[in-house]
Amino acid sequence: MSETYQVSSSPHVREKVTTGNIMLYVIIALLPTTLFGIYNFGWRALLLIVVTIATCVISEFVFNIIAKRKQTISDCSAIVTGLLLALNFPSTLPIWEAVIGGFFAIIIVKMVFGGLGQNFMNPALGARCFLLIAFAADMTSFISGTKYDGIASATPLAMIRNEGLSSVNVQDMLLGNTAGTIGETSAIAILIGAIILILFGVIDLKIPGSYIVTFALFMFLFGADRFNINYVVAQLCGGGLMLGAFFMATDYVTSPITPMGKIVFGICCGLLTGIFRCFGANAEGVSFAIILSNLLVPLIEKVTIPRAFGIKKEAKKNE
Amino acid sequence: MGLKTFSGGVHPYEGKELAKDSAIKEVLPKGVLVFPMSQHIGAPATPIVAVGDTVLKGQKIAEAGGFVSSPIYSSVSGTVKKIEKHRVATGDFVNSIFIESDDQFIETGFEETEDVTKLSKEEIINKVKEAGVVGMGGAGFPTHVKLSPKEPEKIEYIIANCAECEPYLTADYRRMLENTEELVDGMKIILQLFPNAKGVFGVENNKMDCVEKINELIKGEDRLEVCPLVTKYPQGGERQLIYAVTGRAINSKMLPADAGCIVDNVETIIAVYNAVKHGLPVMKRVSTVTGNAIKNPSNFLYSIGTPYQQLVDAAGGFIMEPKKIISGGPMMGFSMFSLDIPTTKTSSSILCMTEDAVSENESIACINCGRCVEACPEKLIPSRLMKFSERNLMEDFEKWSGLECIECGSCSYVCPSKRQVAQSIKTMKKLVLAEKRKQQSK
Repeated sequence: MSETYQVSSSPHVREKVTTGNIMLYVIIALLPTTLFGIYNFGWRALLLIVVTIATCVISEFVFNIIAKRKQTISDCSAIVTGLLLALNFPSTLPIWEAVIGGFFAIIIVKMVFGGLGQNFMNPALGARCFLLIAFAADMTSFISGTKYDGIASATPLAMIRNEGLSSVNVQDMLLGNTAGTIGETSAIAILIGAIILILFGVIDLKIPGSYIVTFALFMFLFGADRFNINYVVAQLCGGGLMLGAFFMATDYVTSPITPMGKIVFGICCGLLTGIFRCFGANAEGVSFAIILSNLLVPLIEKVTIPRAFGIKKEAKKNE
Repeated sequence: MGLKTFSGGVHPYEGKELAKDSAIKEVLPKGVLVFPMSQHIGAPATPIVAVGDTVLKGQKIAEAGGFVSSPIYSSVSGTVKKIEKHRVATGDFVNSIFIESDDQFIETGFEETEDVTKLSKEEIINKVKEAGVVGMGGAGFPTHVKLSPKEPEKIEYIIANCAECEPYLTADYRRMLENTEELVDGMKIILQLFPNAKGVFGVENNKMDCVEKINELIKGEDRLEVCPLVTKYPQGGERQLIYAVTGRAINSKMLPADAGCIVDNVETIIAVYNAVKHGLPVMKRVSTVTGNAIKNPSNFLYSIGTPYQQLVDAAGGFIMEPKKIISGGPMMGFSMFSLDIPTTKTSSSILCMTEDAVSENESIACINCGRCVEACPEKLIPSRLMKFSERNLMEDFEKWSGLECIECGSCSYVCPSKRQVAQSIKTMKKLVLAEKRKQQSK
């Protein structure tokens, strides 16, 4: 035979989008709220973001070398983890705690479970919860951004809880001129990012939609200020809800892959967040709600195995 | 009028512009032609000629090996050189008859039918069976079996698969434009067998010229209609096509006939017409020779058994060195490492590409993104099935409906981590089916 050509199993053509591209889209979608956070909280926010991302990427790089694994930092997922984690820090967090957070996210939550695609908990959220417990004071001391010029201040959610709805300005919460973590204050900036994610086809509305609707209903029925639309809006804009619903609950690896499961997962997140915010010791609840729901994913998938095309319900019962 | 379709699917680069405007040209074979005994699903055919025999064009050289099987005819006149195994496009070695052409193309006689409407159902099916007509879109299922369902009166739709959803392929397109009468008459012959059926031509809307052409010809025929479909892969998948046209969904355990449908592709219906009207056995077909490595992408009418090399030569050879050569379309075709492979009844295309999209990509970890879930026309969870396959979990694979996979390859196509999703599922499907057969025979 004079010539031989390459052979492989079909299909022989592939779409151009790569996993690295998807991670880039997520980073682009996070830019509005990141930039707003830097504008709002100043250079220290920028420093925290840079340090956390660097820690995440270096941790993954070094882990791969020590474990003699193929280098994986080019998939950009460590950058996404670092950025998301930093957006969950108060701008006053000591740098060394941010480094511990980045290390914990990548090494403990992600790499020891097998790296990209194998972790059962969102690395950024896992690390955030770790820091919340380990360094509770530093993680929950917030300053107000531009408005009060760096004066220690309570987050809007804490204010609603302690002083009632009238103590907050919903318009400020939409724009983000409030106290909180670097990336969670501006509902509008996060929504712009969410639209980018949806337009690029990175996420659909199954998880964030069912999450937000469930949570809103829960707060409307059981919240401290029940049956009050303004209260529900303030709860939606406050804390990590928007960031959590669009950027963390939708994390591919730690959410169900079945279409029905995504909706169930969103409902779980919404219910847990509602319970934590209404009845918990803390005004916040998104992070714990999402990582608890992450743990439910295998169960959710088990009960939501989809019916294949052309298979009828009756046929299943007959078996 | 809303276009019809199915849910899921992908939109790969069409590439049809390469060969779309090249009218069908006949290519005469030279030298030795090879006729594999398995050009269809079912039992291989049995040779009825011996080495040294002289044969005529249109002479039967192998008899069907059973009911689900099909006879094979020589497409040239010449001498039987040898009968031995030869590699075919799928990579298998198949017992084959080698015939050296004498370049005379002396034919045996073929029996014309003046008025096909006077033929009985049995006569029609028998002519189709004797002519060796099989599903020429690629599957190769013997057509006479398809046309003999248990309850013919329950068939309500004869669907002509005019979707040609595979990228690059334009053979069916040219057939629809240039041989519209044969296609419509073939459909009418099939309708004679099914008194309660109507004939529907399912055409993707990237071929609206074909829709118009067919519509013109079927004006006033109340049993025939054209159904324009969304251009989306795999619109021509049997289950997807039936769903788009009729709204009926079938699964792997059902036949189209269970939904009152029979689906045949363009080339097959034309073969039915030629068999019944002109008494012609399947000796020729139209294929597309295309790809960016080919000098003059073309649609050829050629003698089945011609080696692929001769088709490439007829298209002007290569302008650039090809890296990958595919028999069939890029989504479901077979890559071949050589051109020394014979064409068969199911060879719909040869695609020569200077780039191999698969070997350029490195697979990385699955991130559970769910793109394969959205793309899957069978509503499966391909990435999960792939994991079951990697871990050899047969029970889970079945529980998650792995056997429903139609192997369209949409999951691998969209995978951003460039994993061989379809390949793992196909492999596991074979293993599970083999295991089932083993248990049944116990």
